[in-house]
Amino acid sequence: MSIIKAENLTHIYSQGTPFEVTSLKDISLEIKQGEFYALVGATGSGKSTLVQLFNGIMAPTRGNLQVCGVDVSNSALRRELWRKVGLVFQQPEQQLFEETVYKDVAFGPINLGLSVAEVEERVADALHLVGLEPDRVSDMSPFSLSGGIRRKVAIAGVLALHTEVLVLDEPTAGLDPVSRRQLMERIDCLRKERGVTVVLVSHSMEEVARWAGRMAVLDHGRLALEGSPLEIFNKSVKLRSVGLDVPLTVELMLQLSANGKPVRTDILTTEDAVDEIARLLKQSDKNKDILSQHETNHD
Amino acid sequence: MLAGRTFGQYIPGNSFFHRLDPRAKVVCVLAIAISVIIANKWYEFTLLAGLTMLLIFLSRLPARLFIGGLRSFWVLLAITFLVQLLFTPGNDVLLALGPLRVSREGLEAGSLIFVRLSLVILIASLLTLTTSPINLTAGLESIFAPLKRVGVPTHELAMMMTIALRFVPILLTEADIIIKSQQSRGARLNSGGVVGRAKNLLPLFVPLFAGALRRAEELAIAMEARCYRGGANRTRMNSLVFRLPDYIIISISLAVLAGAAGL
Ligand SMILES: Nc1ncnc2c1ncn2[C@@H]1O[C@H](COP(=O)(O)OP(=O)(O)OP(=O)(O)O)[C@@H](O)[C@H]1O
Ligand SMILES: [Mg+2]
Repeated sequence: MSIIKAENLTHIYSQGTPFEVTSLKDISLEIKQGEFYALVGATGSGKSTLVQLFNGIMAPTRGNLQVCGVDVSNSALRRELWRKVGLVFQQPEQQLFEETVYKDVAFGPINLGLSVAEVEERVADALHLVGLEPDRVSDMSPFSLSGGIRRKVAIAGVLALHTEVLVLDEPTAGLDPVSRRQLMERIDCLRKERGVTVVLVSHSMEEVARWAGRMAVLDHGRLALEGSPLEIFNKSVKLRSVGLDVPLTVELMLQLSANGKPVRTDILTTEDAVDEIARLLKQSDKNKDILSQHETNHD
Repeated sequence: MLAGRTFGQYIPGNSFFHRLDPRAKVVCVLAIAISVIIANKWYEFTLLAGLTMLLIFLSRLPARLFIGGLRSFWVLLAITFLVQLLFTPGNDVLLALGPLRVSREGLEAGSLIFVRLSLVILIASLLTLTTSPINLTAGLESIFAPLKRVGVPTHELAMMMTIALRFVPILLTEADIIIKSQQSRGARLNSGGVVGRAKNLLPLFVPLFAGALRRAEELAIAMEARCYRGGANRTRMNSLVFRLPDYIIISISLAVLAGAAGL
């Protein structure tokens, strides 16, 4: 079942003024319930614009967009979409505004009209999810925290809404490697356990390769490619032409195979690459053994 | 939502009016604005309006922008018109509604102030629409340079103005992002009574000011890192030069001003 369905979406900023920018052109795509969907594209290709449309924060200039069964062109329905689609904006750490971390994370749940006890529970859960200790950070002022921790708090504020769809605009940019991996693992966990649909915008091809089930590539506001990461990372030439690249693992496998090594080139994750290279090494060891055996037999 | 809607925001171009020296433009616009204010005969207004139209035409910008500029002042225009219309004492009553009387004198005074204000707004927007903030402040700095001798820090004032103007669009964009992110967590910025609305705005201003202060601090550090030391002996990348069209425009504007002043 598709939970987001876009048909011929076009978005124009400041239409009718000299500052007009067409940021999306004729985008059609479908995202299924419970899917991990990634959006990639060069800087300025329109990813953030597209995800803001998903959240109902803006209406598309032209085209049809259905999100969770809601037609986004209806402004009254669109305004209520935040209950179903959580959006972590790009650089969310700059948007914290309450005096304490607790109040900031609680902002959404309170707007949902939950009881005090429920709000408390959700805040604690959400903070745990992003790897923060509720007892330690709850009473701190967001402005006294480091950039990365502020980002985690901001992400927790959206996670606390418990939405059906979770849209993350470059959530891991600026986080340390351990936090990145942890965050992605936990979000994937939410998807598996609660059936949350995840839409991830990312510049890290490794991250996309590791987590996404399907992905779309935007190029100057147009949909350049759509498919599984495997299909898309096999089109390395096309990817490079739109300002992107393949993950290191794919690059490594492609190079090995170009050098005549018999390796699979459909490998995305580091773990699989390690296995494949181990297999290759073992095989060449075996070959060597056989060769040396031949030699000894000859003697 | 908010971005791109500021009144008279600079629009790059290469028209005759765009290329004038900013000092010539400032003199021209001031002369016409003063003329508009001291003019009091209808034929004078017609001439000045004609001149304004001509200059707008020379700027090669769409009329829509100027009308939009006027529209953002409609409350001011409407109030001043109504006040003049209703409260100018006069004998020749055209219309009486209860205690309110509209006299011929009132109508005249109202229309006069309306035309005056509209022309001043149009001509002022012509200046800001065709002059980049940097150029505008450079022009003002140069015009007010003589005041430096009596201890007015003209360079510093100009620098402050440039920075302030530079920050307006940035703050608007930032406000836009913050509003969006709060709406996406269920904030209702446009509901509730006056008090409710004001309260809803508070969460907007906190991050906005925090951001502005952070930016100001970063800018100060960046300027110091490049050894910025204020006005003494600074040169500009594009120095201002008067050319023939600038002299022509200044002469015409001063002639207009002299005419209006009845010399
Ligand atoms: N509020 C706005 N007003 C006007 N133009 C905008 C606005 N936001 C984005 N744009 C323009 O729309 C285009 C797409 O921007 P968008 O932010 O969607 O790109 P992006 O793919 O998210 O880029 P990045 O990877 O840098 O985040 C750009 O050309 C940008 O200048
Ligand atoms: Mg973006």
